[in-house]
Amino acid sequence: MMDLSSINPVVLVASLMVAATPILLAAIGELIVEKSGVLNLGVEGMMITGAICGFIIAVESGSPVIGFFAAALGAALLSSIFGFLTLVLLSNQVATGLALTLFGLGLSALMGQGYIGIKAPTTSPLNFGVLGDIPLIGRILFSHDWMVYLSLALIAGTWAFLKFTRAGLVLRAVGESHDAAHALGYKVIRIRLLAIMFGGACAGLGGAYLSLVRVPQWTEGMTAGAGWIALAIVVFASWKPWRVLLGAYLFGGITVLQLNLQAAGATIPVELLSMSPYIITILVLVIISADRRRAALSAPADLGKPFHATS
Amino acid sequence: MIRLEKRPSPSKVWTYATPVLAVVLTMLAGGILFAILGKDPLEAIRTIFWDPLFHPQFSGFSRPQLLVKAGPLILIAIGLSMGFRAGIWNIGAEGQYIVGALAGAAAGLALYPSESVLIFPMMVIAGALGGWAWAMIPAILKVQFRTNEILVSLLLVYVAENLLASASVGWLRNPEGGGFPGSRSLSGWDASSNPELIAGTGMHWGVVAGFIAVIFAYVVMSRHLLGYHIQLAGQAPRAARFAGVNPSRLIIMCLGISGALAGLAGLFEVTGPAGQISIDFNAGYGFTAIIVAFLGRLNPIGILLAGMLMALTYIGGELAQFMLALPAAAIQAFQGMLLFFLLGVDVLSNYRIRIGARETA
Repeated sequence: MMDLSSINPVVLVASLMVAATPILLAAIGELIVEKSGVLNLGVEGMMITGAICGFIIAVESGSPVIGFFAAALGAALLSSIFGFLTLVLLSNQVATGLALTLFGLGLSALMGQGYIGIKAPTTSPLNFGVLGDIPLIGRILFSHDWMVYLSLALIAGTWAFLKFTRAGLVLRAVGESHDAAHALGYKVIRIRLLAIMFGGACAGLGGAYLSLVRVPQWTEGMTAGAGWIALAIVVFASWKPWRVLLGAYLFGGITVLQLNLQAAGATIPVELLSMSPYIITILVLVIISADRRRAALSAPADLGKPFHATS
Repeated sequence: MIRLEKRPSPSKVWTYATPVLAVVLTMLAGGILFAILGKDPLEAIRTIFWDPLFHPQFSGFSRPQLLVKAGPLILIAIGLSMGFRAGIWNIGAEGQYIVGALAGAAAGLALYPSESVLIFPMMVIAGALGGWAWAMIPAILKVQFRTNEILVSLLLVYVAENLLASASVGWLRNPEGGGFPGSRSLSGWDASSNPELIAGTGMHWGVVAGFIAVIFAYVVMSRHLLGYHIQLAGQAPRAARFAGVNPSRLIIMCLGISGALAGLAGLFEVTGPAGQISIDFNAGYGFTAIIVAFLGRLNPIGILLAGMLMALTYIGGELAQFMLALPAAAIQAFQGMLLFFLLGVDVLSNYRIRIGARETA
């Protein structure tokens, strides 16, 4: 029996924001990385490493906040391996990104040995007082934990950084033409390394949001492709911060909706519902890439190209 | 001041030496990792790399496992390497492996309990077609809409895993299995079984197919026009276009071959070592094969050796799990580390390292 009336739209919107936050964080980090001209396919590996680092430290210290810091730090450290290999040793970015994912999955499983079945310390929603009691809006806007607001602030911050600051301009210049940026005296490798580590930190926060808030437990391979979906969302967003928000929330909506349908006992098979977010992501990628002009114009021109300064 | 100077062409010596160097460095780093886990590093390394082959008590069991594990890895990696050489990144071999196994098993089980000798060959063809069809999704989307094949092929792995789940609890479940998930035993049904061909070697049809694939790939890459086009497209895409290489055709071919080979590997696995379709019969070979392809330097003979070495780490890992209580995940991290070192030391074959002050013009 399917009972659609059990799905409350207001709760749905509020919970899609929570469901979207891990991907939103990972995607905005990857956007900065790709804007600097580097394609890091290791998002999945960095997310899962962040998930376990954050979980371990949060459990040991009892503080989720410290856990989130540890997650960002751990994943940023992991991403610096990618940075060293691709920027200094000039390895292939696609292959190195895959290596990062494979290594991250193994490392996290190894680190998480003793942490299966433990519950993480709770991250409670912020208290907005009266604001939280406003009908509809209160539940949607003022009922979340601090990470949801931080992720929104990161989107706004990234947008402002890329659009209005000199550093943002330099970052984009490096991504559009590393040779020109190098000729102008910008430190291409240093800028890209910083971008990669920022991307790692964001992916780590996203992973930790899964293990500390959304689930909140540690299981091996718990990111289940979230990192890859984050990569797809950057393409969907045409490398624009606000569209990352749109893409992540759309995706969060699909995830929450299919979970709700499963819970409501829809006649659609469970497996079909569980695979729907991946299928829809593929469809969205197809629609975006079918538009030849837009896809070609919006990608950073030097994305994925190795940089070797000869002079 | 250390700087890199690009070599006019990759160094021959380093091309062969870098995989060996990477393995040695991984053993060192792995030793440190094992020491952190509180195990004796020397003993752990010996258990992983030496005991499966030469331990008086265990080698009898683990030596045949070498081919059992290397077979699918080689088969998949051969297919992947052709695409990787052309700059076509199929990283969803795990999905093609699953769908190949499902298609082959479904085709065979449709005729259960027939004992016709044609069933196994038909299942092999269905398995290859299943993997091929799954790989055609990213291929056609790439050709038609320029959709990134990396993301599509990988996302399809998760779709395939859900298909597998629905198959083993639903449409392929053993009707006489008392409601437990999993298909009928394919290795127990004579018409569909993929047995050990020579007792005590671990050699089954999948391993034979792996060896054939190595020869096939060697001939194609070094003697056939397709191999030339693949290499040209990988090294100089612009020049390839002027030379009349059709990129769409290359994408369809490379993804198709790798998908079909991955599908074959899946079919041979469920009819042989795994024995049935079950919710977790896939052991991640599709991902490990990526490491095998790179460790073998995308060269068929290299992949043959790399597949053996990687199989050794699997078996040795299991042995170390049993003997030293080394966690299974340690081996996964170890394999990932190997790929890092491999990609890192590759700099030596493409660049010269110059130490000293920069010359001023």
